[in-house]
Amino acid sequence: MEALFSLVVGVLTACGIYLLLRGRTFPVIIGLSLLSYAVNLFLFSSGGLRTNSAPVIGASISPTDPLPHALVLTAIVIGFAMTAFVVILAVRARSELGSDHVDGQQGEEGDTR
Amino acid sequence: MSLLWIPLLTIAGIVVPVMTSRHGRRTCVNATLVAPLLALALALSQAPAVLAGDVVSLQIPWMPLLGLDLALRIDGLTLLFALLILGIGSLILYYAGHYLSADEDDGRFLAYMMLFMTAMLGIAMADNLILLWLFWELTSISSFLLIGFWGHRSDARRGARMALAVTGAGGLALLAGFLLIGQAAGTFALGEVLAAGDVVRASEHYTLIVALVLFGAFTKSAQFPFHFWLPHAMAAPTPVSAFLHSATMVKAGVFLMARLNPALGDTALWSLCLTLAGLATMLYAAWFALLERDLKGILAFSTVSHLGLITLLLGLGSPLALAAAAFHILNHAIFKAALFMSVGIIDHEAGTRDIDRLGALWSMMPLTGTLTLLAGAAMAGIPPFNGFLSKEMLLDQSLQTGLLGALSGIIPLLVVLAATLSVAYSLRLIWSLFFAAPKLTREEKAQPPLKVHDPARGMLAPGLFLAVMSLLVGLFPMTLADPLVSAASLAIQGASTPELNLALWHGLNLPLLMSAIAVAGGVVVLRQQRRFAAVATLFPARDASRIFEAAVVRVIKAALWLTLRLENGSLQRYQALLILCALAMVGIGLMKLDTLTGAAGLQSLDAMLVLGAALAIFGAIGSALSHRWRLVSILMLSVVGLMVSLAFVRFSAPDLALTQLSVEVVTMILMILALFFLPQRPPLLVSGRRILRDLILAVAMGLVIAMLNYALLTRETLSIADYFLRESVPGGGGSNVVNVILVDFRGFDTFGEITVLTLAGLATFKLLNRLKLFMPAGNVEGIRWSQQRHPMILAVVSQILLPLALLVSVYIFLRGHNQPGGGFIAGLITATALLLQYMARGHDWTRARLPVSYPVIAVSGLAVALATGVGSWLFGYPFLTASFGHFHLPLIGDFELASAMLFDLGVFLAVVGATLMILVNLGRVTTIHRPSLEER
Repeated sequence: MEALFSLVVGVLTACGIYLLLRGRTFPVIIGLSLLSYAVNLFLFSSGGLRTNSAPVIGASISPTDPLPHALVLTAIVIGFAMTAFVVILAVRARSELGSDHVDGQQGEEGDTR
Repeated sequence: MSLLWIPLLTIAGIVVPVMTSRHGRRTCVNATLVAPLLALALALSQAPAVLAGDVVSLQIPWMPLLGLDLALRIDGLTLLFALLILGIGSLILYYAGHYLSADEDDGRFLAYMMLFMTAMLGIAMADNLILLWLFWELTSISSFLLIGFWGHRSDARRGARMALAVTGAGGLALLAGFLLIGQAAGTFALGEVLAAGDVVRASEHYTLIVALVLFGAFTKSAQFPFHFWLPHAMAAPTPVSAFLHSATMVKAGVFLMARLNPALGDTALWSLCLTLAGLATMLYAAWFALLERDLKGILAFSTVSHLGLITLLLGLGSPLALAAAAFHILNHAIFKAALFMSVGIIDHEAGTRDIDRLGALWSMMPLTGTLTLLAGAAMAGIPPFNGFLSKEMLLDQSLQTGLLGALSGIIPLLVVLAATLSVAYSLRLIWSLFFAAPKLTREEKAQPPLKVHDPARGMLAPGLFLAVMSLLVGLFPMTLADPLVSAASLAIQGASTPELNLALWHGLNLPLLMSAIAVAGGVVVLRQQRRFAAVATLFPARDASRIFEAAVVRVIKAALWLTLRLENGSLQRYQALLILCALAMVGIGLMKLDTLTGAAGLQSLDAMLVLGAALAIFGAIGSALSHRWRLVSILMLSVVGLMVSLAFVRFSAPDLALTQLSVEVVTMILMILALFFLPQRPPLLVSGRRILRDLILAVAMGLVIAMLNYALLTRETLSIADYFLRESVPGGGGSNVVNVILVDFRGFDTFGEITVLTLAGLATFKLLNRLKLFMPAGNVEGIRWSQQRHPMILAVVSQILLPLALLVSVYIFLRGHNQPGGGFIAGLITATALLLQYMARGHDWTRARLPVSYPVIAVSGLAVALATGVGSWLFGYPFLTASFGHFHLPLIGDFELASAMLFDLGVFLAVVGATLMILVNLGRVTTIHRPSLEER
């Protein structure tokens, strides 16, 4: 199971990175979201992957490590704030430059690569 | 405490000229003089104890963990320098009052001088290596300001830049050297370092320490091969040259070598470096002093030469040589400051510093002539002036040394040669200026001859005083100089010193003969000066500033080249490089790992896990493949988001699952909204090579991360979880540990986080202002979009759902401290419920029924959270300390009310406010209520 989990995280990372390297703003935003999922899962897994042991006192016999949960919860919300900002930045950039290219130019073949 | 007052007075003296400069030049100068004179009196009040051999010191802890204390000391060496800095400094400040022309900014000039004086005094008095270094850097900076005082002149700017670059580089090396010394000696306290000399010398880094410290000292004291900056620093106003470049700053390097002599000295390495550098500098600079035509240039090279002499004495290292070094520091400061003042007078009166254009000035300026004659004779080392005494001591010591083994005899020969050159350039200065006729070209002869006269008495007095002092010290050395020099050499040696016998007449001996040869030789050299000058023309002139500037230009070009390579304006390039670097670093880390699989046991798979993983992978790859079909890409992304939420459910993280799920909803709405404003189907303009490169990078990164995660998962980890699990109920009053961590244990983090969230919301507010819109009327295929804006079913259902959703959110909020839930999740649910209203009924309808300002809600949420934190101060607890109690409500039952709950309310409000701020604003842009050009 550990291998499967790692595989998922790796695939999410790879897809995220590939999208990050695209030349248009929208795929970059999607890539960023994918990468956030991967990072959150990675951090989350540092507390151990255990079933039926929620870190609520009294609800489970041996609760799992709550600290990564708190960190990831924070990361999810901050990630949302960041995504929102980047999305609106992309909208604004398109309205200012007339293009949604990340370098701010509607490029020829050479620029868009 | 009176020790502390000495630097404090000069610091206070920095602001005095700035404040008094509008009351006229004289008032300003007189007021500025008060502080250094008082400081001088204070320093002299310590003299009896210091001359008796004591070290007066003061320690005030400053940053004890870094070993940095505000530690000051006065020993013999400090006293000698304090006298030079404050005494000669005061004379020069007085002189500067007359030297500066009436329209110059004297307040700024004197303030810089006082800043420099403070820094220099700090170097002399510091009893802590780091403190010493701080002041050392301060002298570099203040001398930069002073050399570049006439900032409108390009030579001043260039000279200042060069001085700063060279001495600044030395300063950095010095810091490294000091840190190594501190490491070797185990302390930065100067007194202890000096006492631990044996430990430092035995340290494995001793060679490196010596190299670094000497690099700092040589650059500062313009020793060969770092001598080139000093002649260019002569672009400074003459009082600056007199103060910085004769009496004080360039002596800082010599001071440092003397100061650290007990800790670093007395080894072959140290002696050899100092002796060779000193000899080379002394000869080289004396030769150039002879050829130079600019008066200040002559003095600059002669200063370099004399600094070489002092370095040589420190290198010889015998007790008498060290005493002679201290003595020559004093003598040189006296006569060289006087000479600079006289050159300043001539420049001031005649308007030129070219030695060939000047001549026969004696009849016109007899007093200036007398001043130059006295001080010049001291520089030449002619009896009965003070320069003669210390030069005799050098000649004597150069005969004693066995440093170079059988080659040692070469040292006295070279010393005599340098002394000969020194006599020659000193005599040349006096002879050409005052007695010989000017060597004018034909055009210059056509102009009317120079009409000059002695300056006002105020300008002459300081120089004359110093010139007479150099005579008096020569005549009565035992009375005037011996106590101070003995105390200083005690400090340099760190052990008891032999009795000094400073006198003009030691009987007929070899040093006297060498002196006589030097004087006679000097006269001969002077008579043949033209021939020497002709020889010099055989060598191509090498302007150090040109070389330096060229080097600077080369560095800038290289930096530019590199920058253009790395930073070509393409975000994709930066990211690729960044990922490549990350790959390399993680790769190195993985290589150091013996095996990927750790000791922890592996868990088995089941069907649900495999299905979930397959769906997540499908979603991720799908969204990457379909990134040009943007709506499809978003849908694929939402599959991944859902699977991540389910993973949180499966692996015992209910809070995370709830948060992820509600964030997912909001994010999807946001992205679909954004799609409306972005191009629907971007053109496909991409080369196969680029795709391959990106694929390789992405797959490599994914692989590395997967391996890393696997390695992490299969290893037992140490965790601080126990603390939180143990303390959650008794310490935080809640059984949902995650929530207790968020609002209590790590409340400060959470506070920072909601601040970021609010800021992001406010920033989008600004970004959406005055937005030019590209609003398509239909989709890519050209089909117009539906005109039915608000479908009836959605409107009705959303209205029914709203109270239910709000109820759920209150429930989630209230139970958050003990069960999965809390402010974050409740806030997101509320925001979603309200958003549904906007979507179903439109902006106007909702706005009319919910007339609230979301920024106000978000900021008030922050305020509530902050108030909760600050509130704990009222009860005498640190920021954000939570307290709680149990309450009983009918129907709902027993529940806890903690102050953390109030904090969570702040979180709730901030989340609701910020989320709606972002989404409602973006949605609003499509309506007639979009922010107009007027609204800013």
